[in-house]
Amino acid sequence: MRGWRSARAVLIWVALALAIGVPIAAAATSEQLAWRGPVYILAGFAGIIALGLVLVQPLLIGGYLPGLPAYRGRRTHHWIGGALVVAVVIHVAGLWFTSPPDMIDALTYASPTPFSPFGVTAMWAIFIVALLARLRRRLGLRLRTWRIVHIPLAIVIVAGSVVHCLLIEGTMETISKAALCAAVLAATVKVMIDLWRRRTLRGESVARQ
Amino acid sequence: MTNVALDRRSILAAGGTVLATGVLVSAFPGLLLPARADGLAPTQSMSGGANNYRKGAAIVERIGKGGFWMSGTVRRAGDGAPLAGQRIQIWAHTVEGQEHEPQSHGATLTDKDGKFRLEMPQIIPIFGQPHGHLAYDSGEFRTVFLRPVMRSAKETSLEAHFVLQPA
Repeated sequence: MRGWRSARAVLIWVALALAIGVPIAAAATSEQLAWRGPVYILAGFAGIIALGLVLVQPLLIGGYLPGLPAYRGRRTHHWIGGALVVAVVIHVAGLWFTSPPDMIDALTYASPTPFSPFGVTAMWAIFIVALLARLRRRLGLRLRTWRIVHIPLAIVIVAGSVVHCLLIEGTMETISKAALCAAVLAATVKVMIDLWRRRTLRGESVARQ
Repeated sequence: MTNVALDRRSILAAGGTVLATGVLVSAFPGLLLPARADGLAPTQSMSGGANNYRKGAAIVERIGKGGFWMSGTVRRAGDGAPLAGQRIQIWAHTVEGQEHEPQSHGATLTDKDGKFRLEMPQIIPIFGQPHGHLAYDSGEFRTVFLRPVMRSAKETSLEAHFVLQPA
């Protein structure tokens, strides 16, 4: 039994590493890179890494990653959230540096590219969640209130990021990109269902809180 | 306050009138704009079209080493007459440089049929879409910036068409 559990743990971590690592490796072999400057390349990879972090977040909160259950998982979720903010800032700043007018169009929702508003909306949702998470204790937000705020924003982040990524024609290889996006969606749907179930199991006590 | 009686019949009649007007106007736009009834509408600038524009790109035989064809037409709004000798500026992120770099820019003139064609380096995707930029910005007609998108990054040509109106 123990052997099976550790094998399962290894499998889960390997699957996660592949889900994030393969798209990054595939993008690293893209011929597009030859025509891009270092800052643009960095900005692109920051975006891919950000999507990878968006996959990790629901897995941590659902406690699906072996070795990182409940409390430790949540602590890691906070750190990864911070890393996600940094990755998004690098992504946006690098793109701004590469082509300021295109980035200004995107940030002002005036871009001709259909994927830009999705990415920018996800960005704001990420910033809002990070800011509120930072202030949560000071604002005295209870877990229940916090979830009412965080869950809809999390859905915006996931949906926005996935659509943003899928519509972009860039360095990412199509199949590994689609697989990563599918994994992000699946992990999010799973954690939402589990949270909902736990909530209904505790139903009464939660309702009285 | 006046008390307006709104029975079902008057609402239906009013709604029907609005609907009929809408259908008529969309089917025959000339009804509302008689002056343009038979005219060719001017091309509007596309959003993002002017991004990384460098004013006054030189007229060139070809941009860089070539390998990709940008072509199109320039016509006059209203009667659609071809406009000869019009200067069209072209730029893009290509295998030889980024959009803002001077070597990525060039201009060409339309021939007597209002057609233009300029060879340039292969366009590659930038900011998530393989696209080119074109500008008419010579003063005689109103300035237009276009930003056509390639259906696939593998294509080796792209078209854009201008219908200009007097400045």
